[in-house]
Amino acid sequence: MEDWIWTTLVRALAFGTPILLAGLGEIYAERSGVVNLGVEGMMAVGALAAFAVAQSSGNPYLGLAAAVLVGALIALPFAVASITLRANQYVAGLALTMLGLGLSGLLGKPYEGAPLAHPLPETGFVVAALVLAAVLWFFLRHTFAGLVLRSAGENPETVDAMGINVYAVRYGAVVFGGAMAGLAGAFLSLAYRPSWADGITSGLGWIAVALAIFAAWHPLKAVGAALLFGALYHLSYRLQAAVSPEFLKAMPYLFVVVVLSLSALRRGPSGAPEALGIPYVRGERR
Amino acid sequence: MRRIGPFLVEKDLVAPPGRVLAVSTAALVLAFLVAGLVFWAYGVSPWVAYRTIFVETLLSPSGFAEGVRRAIPLLLAGVGLVLAFRGQFWNIGAEGQLLLGAVAAAGVALFVPLPDPLKLPAMFLAGFAAGGLWAAAPALLKLRLGVNDVLTTLMLNYVAVYLVEWLIHGPWRGRTAFGFAYSDRFPDAAMLPLIPGTYVHWPTLLLALLLAGAAWFVLARTTWGYPVRVTGDNPEAARYARMPVFWVVFGVALASGGLAGLAGVGEVAGVHGRLLGAYQISLGYGYTAIIVAWLARGNPLGAVLTALFMGLVFASGDVMKIALQMPFRVTDVFNGLILFFLISTERLLYYRVRWAPARKER
Repeated sequence: MEDWIWTTLVRALAFGTPILLAGLGEIYAERSGVVNLGVEGMMAVGALAAFAVAQSSGNPYLGLAAAVLVGALIALPFAVASITLRANQYVAGLALTMLGLGLSGLLGKPYEGAPLAHPLPETGFVVAALVLAAVLWFFLRHTFAGLVLRSAGENPETVDAMGINVYAVRYGAVVFGGAMAGLAGAFLSLAYRPSWADGITSGLGWIAVALAIFAAWHPLKAVGAALLFGALYHLSYRLQAAVSPEFLKAMPYLFVVVVLSLSALRRGPSGAPEALGIPYVRGERR
Repeated sequence: MRRIGPFLVEKDLVAPPGRVLAVSTAALVLAFLVAGLVFWAYGVSPWVAYRTIFVETLLSPSGFAEGVRRAIPLLLAGVGLVLAFRGQFWNIGAEGQLLLGAVAAAGVALFVPLPDPLKLPAMFLAGFAAGGLWAAAPALLKLRLGVNDVLTTLMLNYVAVYLVEWLIHGPWRGRTAFGFAYSDRFPDAAMLPLIPGTYVHWPTLLLALLLAGAAWFVLARTTWGYPVRVTGDNPEAARYARMPVFWVVFGVALASGGLAGLAGVGEVAGVHGRLLGAYQISLGYGYTAIIVAWLARGNPLGAVLTALFMGLVFASGDVMKIALQMPFRVTDVFNGLILFFLISTERLLYYRVRWAPARKER
């Protein structure tokens, strides 16, 4: 019995790691006021970049760096569209997901099916994700830069009045979110699978978006939420004999709907940043 | 008013059709240019790619027919989304609603004993109802609890995918499927006729065109369309004028889900003749329908053109897959880039740029 609990916890941590990494990035983006629904796409390009570079260089750490870089880069056009050009953030994120899935599926064709020669251990990613959660919480809660980031999402006019560029803050947060999604992708293709296949992200990016809401945009609560989602994923494998696997696979998505509804029922503030989803225009009233 | 070099930039409240056309065309051209770079990165010359696409879709009758076939589900779902977006219901769930329509149609075709002439009409009705209900749930959550409709409709897409997978692996797996995951074949009475020599199931095409016209008429010319238009332009004003905002949002949700459901009926009854894998029933039509609706700029009749255009983009994906051995994912690249440039240039619609060189100060 104890064994069972231990295995479940360990596997839940592993399953939860990509969700946590990408979710932390999304929390930062959303805390700055920008909803980025492109996580799934950014994760997919990150996974491909990691695999392609690790495979051709023989060095998985180079792959890791490539994933972070490519994740950050692919978030840039989204940032331009949603922050500078003030496009609808939801639709821009959707476009980013389409583009990311398309690009990775297309350019990843030659890598499909090949195993990775030098995979990275899962444990490293798990520990890194937990440490990052703590660091990101501290940064957000206890530093001046963290305060500015939060203010950009709550009340951008104040940030502007302080003489700080709201656009720059939001760009930074969105690009950081992309880097984290890339890292989450690298976990999949360098450690978890270690291989590349089109569709490797299998909806985890969307769960990461839901995680940000579920964790009330709080990096430490995100750890608990990721564990919960991870446990759900793990159980979906364990319970295959008893319950249909399709139902278990659908569970996280149903769970998101239920969680969103429950948090809407909850009285009082949801914890959502005030200016979330609203493009900032300098000198114009909201 | 702002001056950029010798130009005067002024804000406009409305976008004249000419500018909409010019800006949309520019966005599409940019998207195709960037897509060309992607082909080049993949190792296919963009010149060869676009020439092949042009010859095999626009100049070849069978290629063009493929584009029309792809346009059918895009038009049905797209018209629904035009209504949804006009009524401020951010339905990203057409994909799931389409699948539910396919499931309902398959259920009627396979398991409901009906006289032959009633079979297809019953399938269309069931498909409309199933798609509509799949959209009604997020609409109610939005209206009653304020739950974000983008996320709920999106999540339900995945739930729909697994529902289809469960049916074809489990209770609905065909007796004649030989271990494959799909249902039995529909009886002949449950199949839509095709235009000979093509896969164009013309009754669905006709239905889609009629519904696009009807949606335009309702929106532009009837008393029902008026509250939808006001709600879309200014929800606060609609509430202040005591318009039935609840019923407007609920209505457009039902209609958009229902129309996507009809698209699903057309795919299983017109093309496949059985319920099969979710990604085989729909190649992402529900997502592409978002582009169709966005490009149509809120006009259901405009969706006829934009659906045909996106249908041809899908057909280009087929061409590139066969003629150039590229993965079908190229359509996602097209879709993503088109949507990106489209919404990025949206703001430009409301600016008038005039040539007005500054006069020298005396």
